[in-house]
Amino acid sequence: MARKKRKMPGLNTSSTADISFMLLIFFLVTTSMDTDRGLARQLPPPPEDETQTKDIIVKERNILNIRMNSAGNLMVEDMDGQKFVGLKEIRSLVKEFIANPSNSDRKPEKHAEKLPYFGDVEITKNHVISVQNDRGTPYNVYFEVQHELIAAYNELRDEISTKQFGKNYADLNDDQQKAVRDYYPQKISEAEPKNYGGKK
Amino acid sequence: MPEMNTSSLPDLIFSILFFFMIVTTMREVTLKVQFKLPEGKSSVLEKLEKKSLVSFIYIGAPTQDLQAKMGTDSRIQLNDKFAEVDEVQDYIQQERMNMSESDQPFMKVSIKADSKTQMGIITDVKQALRKAYALKINYSAVGKMDD
Repeated sequence: MARKKRKMPGLNTSSTADISFMLLIFFLVTTSMDTDRGLARQLPPPPEDETQTKDIIVKERNILNIRMNSAGNLMVEDMDGQKFVGLKEIRSLVKEFIANPSNSDRKPEKHAEKLPYFGDVEITKNHVISVQNDRGTPYNVYFEVQHELIAAYNELRDEISTKQFGKNYADLNDDQQKAVRDYYPQKISEAEPKNYGGKK
Repeated sequence: MPEMNTSSLPDLIFSILFFFMIVTTMREVTLKVQFKLPEGKSSVLEKLEKKSLVSFIYIGAPTQDLQAKMGTDSRIQLNDKFAEVDEVQDYIQQERMNMSESDQPFMKVSIKADSKTQMGIITDVKQALRKAYALKINYSAVGKMDD
């Protein structure tokens, strides 16, 4: 009896594709590709001493107050007085306030600074945008105001980057970005919470 | 017509499978509050990178099935359970302890709050975060295409 070497029959793999398809579909369905996005903000450190509140005196022309009430209405106050505004107007108002293109003496004062890449420039480095909200303000109003503020800064930074380097702010290298950030420093202050004429 | 050779099909599918297995992140917490995030332009929003550095705080009304028990007022959710404002500080402290020491200065807190929440509760959370020295925060939002 001659032992013939029997050839092992090939494993039937035709269903492997189906099995892996099923797995694939499972993972396809469960995957959430959403990357979290959001507005990044930096909070001020807590007051050192609760009892002693230090008031920093800021010149009136350097402050832009943005107030929100519990109905979600917005009010902007600068040296030219108070006015009610819509959300859409905030960005242009803020941009004009920060940049002070007309060198108005009712807008933030300019300081001569020497910045890398830019040389001697005049910037409104002491401006402050103060955001105040009521406890009843809806979150989306607050969020949208913050959004507009950041967008205003971004637009200004993009404008100056395009003028100086011919590129958008995001495409600059780190040193250039830092120079642009120094040109338009972000100064958003959030006042301690208040209750405006609110009896709860 | 000769049959097409499909022997490499499983390999192809497997490699796609592995790709999805790797990018999949399973949700770690079960949400007990429901929220609709506010909307912002994608160009203004920043991406949250490095998930390991981020702690989440959820704020919103309890989900439908919990409303009978908890009411419909906005609540804070930390990890898997409802919490009060004064627990936020402990939560941050705990999250910080769980991080490696070199990562601790880069800790970020993402606030996922419903767009209709009143600012009062969010202000309270913000004050608690200040006290806990968790100063880098991120208001989570849905990105919209620019128009």
